[in-house]
Amino acid sequence: MSDSSAAPTQYTGLKGWIEYRLPVFSFMDHELNHYPTPKNLNYWWNFGSLAGITLVVMILTGILLAMNYSGDTKLAFQSVERIMRDVNGGWLIRYIHMNGASMFFMVVYIHIFRGLYYGSYKPPRELLWMLGCVILLLMMATAFMGYVLPWGQMSFWGATVITNLFSALPLIGEDLVIWLWGGFSVDNPTLTRFFALHFLMPFMIVGVVVLHIVALHKHGSNNPLGIDIKSKKDSIPFHPYYTIKDLYGLGLFALVWAGFVFFSPNYLGHPDNYIMADPMVTPAHIVPEWYFLPFYAILRAVTFDIPLGLFTIDAKLGGVLAMFGAVGVLFVLPWLDRHPVRSASFRPIYRWAFWFFVLVCLGLGQTGALQPDEPFYFILLGMRIEFFGIHSVVFAQLFTVWYFFHFVALLPLLSKIERAKGLPKSISEPVLRPAGA
Amino acid sequence: MNLKKLTAPLLLTLCLLAPIPAQAAGGAIVLPEYEWSFSGVFGTYDKPQLQRGFQVYKEVCSSCHGLTLKSYRNLSDLGYSDEEIKAFASQFEVWDGPNDEGDMFKRPALPSDKFVPPFPNKNAARAANNGAYPPDMSLIIKARPDGANYLKALLMGYDPAPEGFELPAGVSYNSYFPGHKIAMAQPLTDGQVTYADGTPNTLDQMSSDVTAFLAWAAEPEMEERKQTGVRVMLFLIVLTGLLYLLKKRIWSSVH
Ligand code: HEC
Ligand code: HEM
Repeated sequence: MSDSSAAPTQYTGLKGWIEYRLPVFSFMDHELNHYPTPKNLNYWWNFGSLAGITLVVMILTGILLAMNYSGDTKLAFQSVERIMRDVNGGWLIRYIHMNGASMFFMVVYIHIFRGLYYGSYKPPRELLWMLGCVILLLMMATAFMGYVLPWGQMSFWGATVITNLFSALPLIGEDLVIWLWGGFSVDNPTLTRFFALHFLMPFMIVGVVVLHIVALHKHGSNNPLGIDIKSKKDSIPFHPYYTIKDLYGLGLFALVWAGFVFFSPNYLGHPDNYIMADPMVTPAHIVPEWYFLPFYAILRAVTFDIPLGLFTIDAKLGGVLAMFGAVGVLFVLPWLDRHPVRSASFRPIYRWAFWFFVLVCLGLGQTGALQPDEPFYFILLGMRIEFFGIHSVVFAQLFTVWYFFHFVALLPLLSKIERAKGLPKSISEPVLRPAGA
Repeated sequence: MNLKKLTAPLLLTLCLLAPIPAQAAGGAIVLPEYEWSFSGVFGTYDKPQLQRGFQVYKEVCSSCHGLTLKSYRNLSDLGYSDEEIKAFASQFEVWDGPNDEGDMFKRPALPSDKFVPPFPNKNAARAANNGAYPPDMSLIIKARPDGANYLKALLMGYDPAPEGFELPAGVSYNSYFPGHKIAMAQPLTDGQVTYADGTPNTLDQMSSDVTAFLAWAAEPEMEERKQTGVRVMLFLIVLTGLLYLLKKRIWSSVH
């Protein structure tokens, strides 16, 4: 009987049997071997796969931690220390997870700036970009709640400061905060729910990452020239070319991560988080983890009420709106920058604007680390660079203004007036015309 | 990436650097840099030093500061025998129970018990120390910026107060304590403990020793971590090198 279970496929034996019922092999073959990838991707294109791998490592180490962690205010701090001291390999798991959060943001930030430079958010990749923004938001929420779990002083006070922000919302604010806390301050119910959510959200991220990749594979990767694939000559199969390149990048990345884990595991953290949370003692400076500093700076930059005719946005609400707006504006970027040329390599003005924007973001990070009334400075090559004693909040305000100016004014303007350099005919013949880079 | 591409970022950086470089932060306390056997990539703990530091902790600090994240059994890391640890632990009493009659009872501590703190709770600790709380020492090295250097500097930093510096009663001047007003009277002075191994018991020596002991208390995994780290790094370097060669070979056909 010629039953269809033996239907011909290119796969035989067990593989063929499975393939006929669940087309995993053709799917993998399609996505890896026949997925055409521009052949000119540079190393900035490694960071997407690094982010994915980091997510997997975070989930694995996180599950192992969760097996030994107690989400109760009386036990949380001690349970983390038990992981560090008494659980076999516990210190390794925890340090991988703890530094992994920093590595994750580092990789994702580079990934985002790559997109900004090469115009990866432009048609037809708007949804791909927006899904990335959703991932960023979910990551921020996940990391924020994870940082609360060890129940150190910064955990507690960071949670208090950030959840309190919601009280700025008109009408519902106060009630909302009590609802978030599950009480009248950050306390046991807050910790318990943060643990539940911190466990859940990474899996939501996985879901959005899948969509992100589906969207990516629809039109394929952008590339440093920002032009579409025109012929077979422009592309190579993902496997083995980019699998090996990604693996090599992974090796370098693992070296950096391991360097922190084994030799400076607390370099990126704050010493106060090794003091158990104490609601009666406020730390001298409450600072978030480095990856939130630019947003923290924007939050604190709004020091004045904003009158809007009939009603006024007070400083606190203004700060909150600005902070969320800083991520929100990324969502609409594809409609702010409508310049037809993707890659900054062919946009002489945008290229400057981009690098200036990078510096502004670094500047925001530095102002986020300083006290508002502290003179602004930064350290470069061991030198302390000061700016005539001007308070850091002033710089935070300037940088914040530029952050938004860049997106809502400069990019729309450049879309209209910037004359791009001649684009190459195709990826494989970029030298035919004098290209920008 | 060619040099021309980098001109924009470089020029921008230079413009922003124009303002005057200044030296040290005004007002901030600068900690001295001491030598530690446990610093650096290959750092290890010096066991005789940890034992001396434990002695200082035991004879001086432990009357005020707990070490509640450590168990007595952890002392085997310092080279003490099971017998010595048992004997040491049994000097302390812990609550246990209920027994068959349903009563809680006190018994001598076992090696598996956590270090018994000097005070039953925070309030008792404050009451005995003029309202100031002597923090637990288990994590003190990790809980202060540059912890080891800070602790040694703190113990040696009981300098005379500058003229006109107001000190409330029961508070000492300390050059390295934030705000300089510390509610802990100078705990260590020259000759305070007598070392069995004949090491000179200077303030400097005892401060180093107790700091090393507390560094171990905070990071007992440090030696294993760094040794594993060296092996992991070597492995990753070789692996990454091979991956690089493979990458070059696979890509050599792409033009
Ligand atoms: C008589 C009780 C007493 C003894 C003995 C004592 N301390 Fe303290 N210690 C205190 C008190 C009280 C404080 C709190 C000081 C304050 O907050 O101003 C303190 C604070 C500290 C701090 C924290 C400083 C900071 O940055 O907050 C350290 C570290 C410390 N002691 C180390 C030691 C060491 C090491 C020893 C033993 C050599 C020792 N102490 C012996 C009472 C004591
Ligand atoms: C998106 C991925 C994740 C990020 C960015 C993240 C981030 C963090 C951060 C910043 C901390 C605090 C680390 C510290 O200071 O100790 C933390 C702790 C923790 N995380 Fe995650 N995490 C992620 C995924 C997970 C997952 C999937 C789980 C469980 C299934 C998990 C379980 C835990 C536990 C139990 C702790 C407390 C233990 C500790 O503090 O070391 N995490 N996480």
